[in-house]
Amino acid sequence: MVSYSSCPSIKNILLLDSEGKRVAVKYFSDEWPTNTSKIAFEKFVFSKTVKTNARTEAEITLLDDNIIIYKFVQDLHFFVTGGDDENEIVLASVLQGFFDAVTLLLRNNVDKREALENLDLILLCLDEIVDGGMILETNGPLIAEKVTSHSMDADSPLSEQTLTQAWATAREHLTRTLLK
Amino acid sequence: MAQPLVKKDDDRDDEAEYSPFLGIEKGSVLQEARVFNDPQLDARKCSQVITKLLYLLNQGETFTKVEATEVFFAVTKLFQSKDMGLRRMVYLIIKEISPSADEVIIVTSSLMKDMNSKIDMYRANAIRVLCRITDGTLLAQIERYLKQAIVDKNPVVASAALISGIHLLQTNPEIVKRWSNEVQEAVQSRAALVQFHALALLHQIRQNDRLAVSKLVTSLTRGSIRSPLAQCLLIRYTSQVIRESGNNTQSGERPFYDYLESCLRHKSEMVIFEAARAITELNSVTSRELTPAITVLQLFLSSSKPVLRFAAVRTLNKVAMTHPMAVTNCNIDMESLISDQNRSIATLAITTLLKTGNESSVDRLMKQITNFMSDIADEFKIVVVEAIRSLCLKFPLKYRSLMNFLSNILREEGGFDYKKAIVDSIVILIRDIPDAKEAGLLHLCEFIEDCEFTYLSTQILHFLGIEGPKTSDPSKYIRYVYNRVHLENAVVRASAVSTLAKFGAVVDALKPRIFVLLRRCLFDSDDEVRDRATLYLNTLGDDGSVVETDKDVKDFLFGPFDIPLVNLETSLKNYDPSEEAFDIKSVPKEVKSQPLAEKKATGKKPTGLGAPPIGPASTADAYERMLSAIPECANFGKLFKSSAPVELTEAETEYAVNVVKHIFDRHVVFQYNCTNTIPEQLLEDVIVIVDASEADEFSEVFSKPLRSLPYDSPGQTFLAFEKPEGVPTVGKFSNVLKFIVKVVDPTNGEIEDDGVEDEYQLEDLEVVAADYVLKVGVSNFRNAWESLGPDCERVDEYGLGPRESLSEAVYTVINLLGLQPCEGTEEVPPNSRSHTCLLSGVFIGNVKVLVRLSFGLDGSKDVAMKLAVRSEDETVSDAIHEIVASG
Repeated sequence: MVSYSSCPSIKNILLLDSEGKRVAVKYFSDEWPTNTSKIAFEKFVFSKTVKTNARTEAEITLLDDNIIIYKFVQDLHFFVTGGDDENEIVLASVLQGFFDAVTLLLRNNVDKREALENLDLILLCLDEIVDGGMILETNGPLIAEKVTSHSMDADSPLSEQTLTQAWATAREHLTRTLLK
Repeated sequence: MAQPLVKKDDDRDDEAEYSPFLGIEKGSVLQEARVFNDPQLDARKCSQVITKLLYLLNQGETFTKVEATEVFFAVTKLFQSKDMGLRRMVYLIIKEISPSADEVIIVTSSLMKDMNSKIDMYRANAIRVLCRITDGTLLAQIERYLKQAIVDKNPVVASAALISGIHLLQTNPEIVKRWSNEVQEAVQSRAALVQFHALALLHQIRQNDRLAVSKLVTSLTRGSIRSPLAQCLLIRYTSQVIRESGNNTQSGERPFYDYLESCLRHKSEMVIFEAARAITELNSVTSRELTPAITVLQLFLSSSKPVLRFAAVRTLNKVAMTHPMAVTNCNIDMESLISDQNRSIATLAITTLLKTGNESSVDRLMKQITNFMSDIADEFKIVVVEAIRSLCLKFPLKYRSLMNFLSNILREEGGFDYKKAIVDSIVILIRDIPDAKEAGLLHLCEFIEDCEFTYLSTQILHFLGIEGPKTSDPSKYIRYVYNRVHLENAVVRASAVSTLAKFGAVVDALKPRIFVLLRRCLFDSDDEVRDRATLYLNTLGDDGSVVETDKDVKDFLFGPFDIPLVNLETSLKNYDPSEEAFDIKSVPKEVKSQPLAEKKATGKKPTGLGAPPIGPASTADAYERMLSAIPECANFGKLFKSSAPVELTEAETEYAVNVVKHIFDRHVVFQYNCTNTIPEQLLEDVIVIVDASEADEFSEVFSKPLRSLPYDSPGQTFLAFEKPEGVPTVGKFSNVLKFIVKVVDPTNGEIEDDGVEDEYQLEDLEVVAADYVLKVGVSNFRNAWESLGPDCERVDEYGLGPRESLSEAVYTVINLLGLQPCEGTEEVPPNSRSHTCLLSGVFIGNVKVLVRLSFGLDGSKDVAMKLAVRSEDETVSDAIHEIVASG
């Protein structure tokens, strides 16, 4: 990531499980060039925050010159990292947008299993929030809408679909109606 | 119903760790990716496979070049499908795989088609993908579409184009700059995020044009920026303009302050905070300007959101460093934050309180902190310890309670860094507050009785050896020190032995008892410990007679070790075991600079202050050899210093000349390095004619012309001057290069016989005082300083007038004196109002010089400096002052 002079920039967005393992992560900064350094960072952040209670309000801490804003729900831990001269409230708005969008996309069943089963949505969601470190959108419902604004192939007859597929289609219909 | 079925499904699965990706393997997923090639594409199946691929990438799995290429080619087939969901996944995986330049071409046409699609989502995403993977050549083709997209009705498309513009500006600025008009239109967009992205891009296009940025800010601060994010940007740009508009603060209102202040009443918290922070960071902000910002931050302190509390307390903490009085209003809110759930907030609150607190509140504060310390992590504790240290230095009378606090926490559990921070703090307090010395030393003694860190034990023992003997009752420390000899590992035992010897050397009354203890150490199991004991017994004169320790021995025990270890190592390696004993005085004391710096110095003009002042030792050796080859220089004695080359010509002129100043005790030799850059010329009898009328204490001794200077092979001509012995004589010399030009035919190398006399004006050369100073670092400045004693100390104060910044002033003075900065003190922390810088070096005549510079900044940008010089010779101390006074 290049520094965009005085523009707020996001270094990474992490979604970890209750043991600190990756569910989905996205790095925009080259501060962590290798997978090993990324994993080490995730471990470090996880261990420093795991004991705090970030379930009602987003919490915040400063670790190694990075501001980290985080929020936990069920067995999912959401993190947004920015540099130490970043406006904390801007970073918090990114976390909130990510969190709201995921909540909508997973229809309030925000847990690890649901997130993994809908990993495509989570990844699209990350893609719609930040582009190369620049904030793209922070409004949760708008992000979710952008992620789901495509119609799946719903015309194919049900008989040709497996039950799981049928369930997935139904779920998406539901999501769309929820978002309307 | 589907749901119960699914439920049943996972009941059978591993309950603890169910994952749809359980047992996933790269090989099999790559196999599955073959479905991309099916003539009848199953969109859902393809999406699933892409998700699996993305999952693998996200977990840190890497694809080989071949695998990535294969996946990429397969994925390109999926553009045939009309399924929008699948298309989204295709976009995503193309970005993740980031194909190489020759592969990009495959998807270009598909993406360009999508860029012109009627479907907004396609347009937006295709732009982002294409701009991510494209290189400059393609950009020209799609530029037209991007310009259109910037002003697209759909905000998602416009944002995608603008963001892509921001990324592309880094690589293809000339193209993106042509979009100014469209971007400007987008700034007026109704969509919040479009406005934000457009403003960011517009500013980046213009950021090097101060006037344009200033205009932008002027027009937008009056206008209506709706998006909070864009408003934050505008606040940043505004403070940048304020910063660059210079310091016309004396003349009434600061420009744009009203705008910043009005943002404090914005409805969005991020804007309020951005504005408050911008105000606190204004250059030499007045307390009247600060007040409204502090007020909104104070409101944030009692917010229910941790992020707001953190942001506010962190900003106030910074303000407290420069304007502690402005923050005192928030003290009550701060105190309630000490019990904040979020320990980062609590720590910031405490350290802020420690900065703003007054003498009477110290005791109360310490009580609160004691409760707090037990349940925070080490890194926070370190911050608190450092804050307490500076508080103690601020209120020396309160040392008792603060020292007690430090010793209490020293006894508690903690990691190395934490313990080190406490020990360092106690040491600093002992040094700066004489009354605290005895109590502090005893705390340290108690600590080493039960210290698990060898490093800290040895440091404390060393410190005890220096400070302990000077106390009223040195004998009480002996027990603690000698206990170490019994109970510790070899490293600690060895340093305990050294400490004992120091007590023996300084306190004559203790000598007999020390001898007894040292003799016991002769039977230690470790040879270093035995060696030290033997050495000290001998140097202290263990022959039964109690004599006063002479100065040499004290120097040996307490003197700083001022030889760089690297140099000592090389000298020892080169030493041949022979009759002659190794002489430590033969080890060069010069600190070697990096070879990289040398290349720079010889390659091009030393860039002002950044130029390395001395060449590395190897260059010095080369110079010495070269000069000793000149018979006239034979009786000049030992070369003291050679300067870095100073360019006397502009770059890329016909003749390139630089000069090296060689300083001897009574002579100065200029070595002119000349290069002829004209292939058609041969120069003969090259010499530099010097006019020394502005250097009247110098008299020319000899000059050594250069017989011939062919094209592109550098040659040297020398010029020597005599000067008064051992003093830093300065002067200015004007130079003219004189030579005979002969024309050369470059094709066959034939030289015409007849030459023409010609001359070439060179730039002036100055010999300055810094030329007479060698940069020599000391490892422990304080010790070195004390060992020189106050006898030849000279202290004076100077006003340096208005300076750009404190660090600029520090830099200038260091450069003027040509001394080596010690202990990293050449770095000025940002926003500090005062700074102390330690310098050391050797003056001509081999006189050691130490300088302590204290800088202070007053309200405007005037810098005042206190200069304290210690050296072995008072005339040298005076000379250093002379340098500053005349510089």
